[in-house]
Amino acid sequence: MEEINSLFQGFAVVMTPTNFLLMMVGIILGVLIGVLPGLGGANGVAILLPLTFSMNPTSAIVMLSCIYWGALFGGAITSVLFNIPGEPWSVATTFDGYPMAQQGRAGEALAGAFTSSFIGAFVAVVMITFLAPLVAKFALKFGPPEFFSVYLLTFCSFVGMGKGSPFKILASMAIGFGLAAVGMDTVTGQLRLTFGIHELMRGFDFLIAVIGLFGIGEILLSMEEGLAFSGKSARIDAKVVLQTWKKLPAYWATSLRGSLIGIWMGITPGGATPASFMSYGVAKKMSKNGAKFGTGELEGVVAPETAAHAAGTSALLPMLALGIPGSPTAAVLLGGLLIWGLQPGPLLFVEQKDFVWGLIASMYLGNLVGLLVVLTTVPLFASILRIPFSIIAPVIIVICAIGAYTVHNAMLDIWFMLLFGVVGYVFKKLDYPLAPLVLALVLGDKAEDAFRQAMLVSQGDLSIMFSNGLVGGITTLALLMLFWPLISKVIALVKAPKQDEFAAERPVD
Amino acid sequence: MDTQETGGTGVATYIVDAVVALLVMLLGGVVIYGSQKLGSDWGSDGPGAGYFPFYIGLILVISGAGVLYQALAGKKRNTDIFVDREQLVRVLSVLLPAAVYVGGIQLIGIYVASAIYIALFMVILGKYSWVKSVAAALVVNVLFFMMFEVWFKVPLHKGAYDLLSGLGY
Repeated sequence: MEEINSLFQGFAVVMTPTNFLLMMVGIILGVLIGVLPGLGGANGVAILLPLTFSMNPTSAIVMLSCIYWGALFGGAITSVLFNIPGEPWSVATTFDGYPMAQQGRAGEALAGAFTSSFIGAFVAVVMITFLAPLVAKFALKFGPPEFFSVYLLTFCSFVGMGKGSPFKILASMAIGFGLAAVGMDTVTGQLRLTFGIHELMRGFDFLIAVIGLFGIGEILLSMEEGLAFSGKSARIDAKVVLQTWKKLPAYWATSLRGSLIGIWMGITPGGATPASFMSYGVAKKMSKNGAKFGTGELEGVVAPETAAHAAGTSALLPMLALGIPGSPTAAVLLGGLLIWGLQPGPLLFVEQKDFVWGLIASMYLGNLVGLLVVLTTVPLFASILRIPFSIIAPVIIVICAIGAYTVHNAMLDIWFMLLFGVVGYVFKKLDYPLAPLVLALVLGDKAEDAFRQAMLVSQGDLSIMFSNGLVGGITTLALLMLFWPLISKVIALVKAPKQDEFAAERPVD
Repeated sequence: MDTQETGGTGVATYIVDAVVALLVMLLGGVVIYGSQKLGSDWGSDGPGAGYFPFYIGLILVISGAGVLYQALAGKKRNTDIFVDREQLVRVLSVLLPAAVYVGGIQLIGIYVASAIYIALFMVILGKYSWVKSVAAALVVNVLFFMMFEVWFKVPLHKGAYDLLSGLGY
């Protein structure tokens, strides 16, 4: 039980007063970020990243990952009380959460949502504890072709599992790769695609893109609808929580299914949103009360929340073990690792034991602390949403501008942020997914390096991607994913497709 | 996002979709052009600097063409209005001041520009009284100033004309 030993060492690393304080600060900031329109997990972490440059990496990742957990919890608050999903994966929570709030059962819905989020996250962290070291050990044997095939699989699964036009997913991804190529070439040192503009030498930083696409873009979208929040009020007291906890064990099967769906979908990229919908759909089919779903069933809140959190948490597994993030927020955390001087990838488990196990230990603690914090402070956060949008909007734009500036202390970056904001707004309206763009921007250089190294080994012969069982298998799977939209059409010709009843509600992300 | 309000006038979504698709193809063309200038084929010591971007440009052009086809010729052509006039006014009423604000940062620095921006936003779009707006703007910016300049020691942009130079930060 080597893992258990390492884990306890991790707890020892994390359990210092400073780290505990940072954990609390992170959770509270995270819930705030999750509740406010225009600030989500990804861009919230991106904006706060520069503040951690001077911290030691373990404290920094503890705080930033706690912001992530906080944001995951916070999304449920707006879904239940205001019928506004704070994050794409909270959409399914509104189906039963908001009706419950309308019936005056907001406290029960929130207590159920938070608790099942915690359970989902907990199951996923246990999985990470035991699986991540194995995956990392396995990946130590990888060479450039294997790594490139894993990158290929990551990006192709966006096409295979995504919703909407596959061409738009491809375009979004290629734009990310294109932007990543701008600037200094890592191999030859040549300047690429700068077209003589000196400031472009630095390239496009993905943090700027994240702040613009998700922050400014979201503000513009909210503004278009002329937002007037009209929320239900909620009070959570110990009695409601205990009553809800008494009911939850009856839904153990739903929770377990939700966790497993979440873990499975979370390891593949872009998984949290489809996972929450899949879990809701499966629960509806399997439950005795399935027909009553959508009218305020607690089980209908439990299912998507468990899956979303399990997916959000297990998105960190490929980031830790392979250096390939499973979600935009994980991508931002990965960017943080690079800035703090850590090399993400399988070697992390060998060379930075304290860091990795500290992070995993903080996942256990952070989610527990997060559960306690959100259960006690919901009224406070709900009241923040009652601050009028005309005060919140300019303050958020100012925060985004400051965040964009602090990344490189460059004025031009603030202009880029604004540009990315417009792109984000138009892309959201046209159903272009943004996650592939961000992931491609983060991984562009590394994917390219892996590709070029593989090509150097084989002298430009693409058949190296099928040179052994492992790399061939992953590549084949990737191609299967890439052409899945076509394959599923062919299958549909042979066999009538089954209707996806939530297809219309599921957002593209 | 559905924009199916009746009575609004504006450009249909599929036209915007097609224009964006053309822009994506154009971007792809630029990337291909740029990478061919760098050397997109096999050099003496391995793949040139433009080898990988060349294929990225190619994917951009292909996917742009695919979106264009789907937007114009597909069966499910989306004729909903992209934004109606009222929505466009609301979006621009945030976007244009934001652009002016970023210009302001360049000139007079982040703190002063932000204070003016928040105050004006509240007065003009939020219909708050001047006293309340200025107070809120000052509180927020003093907080940011303390946080970045004093506590975390992260200096922010002071602008070409630093109005706060008297503070010594």
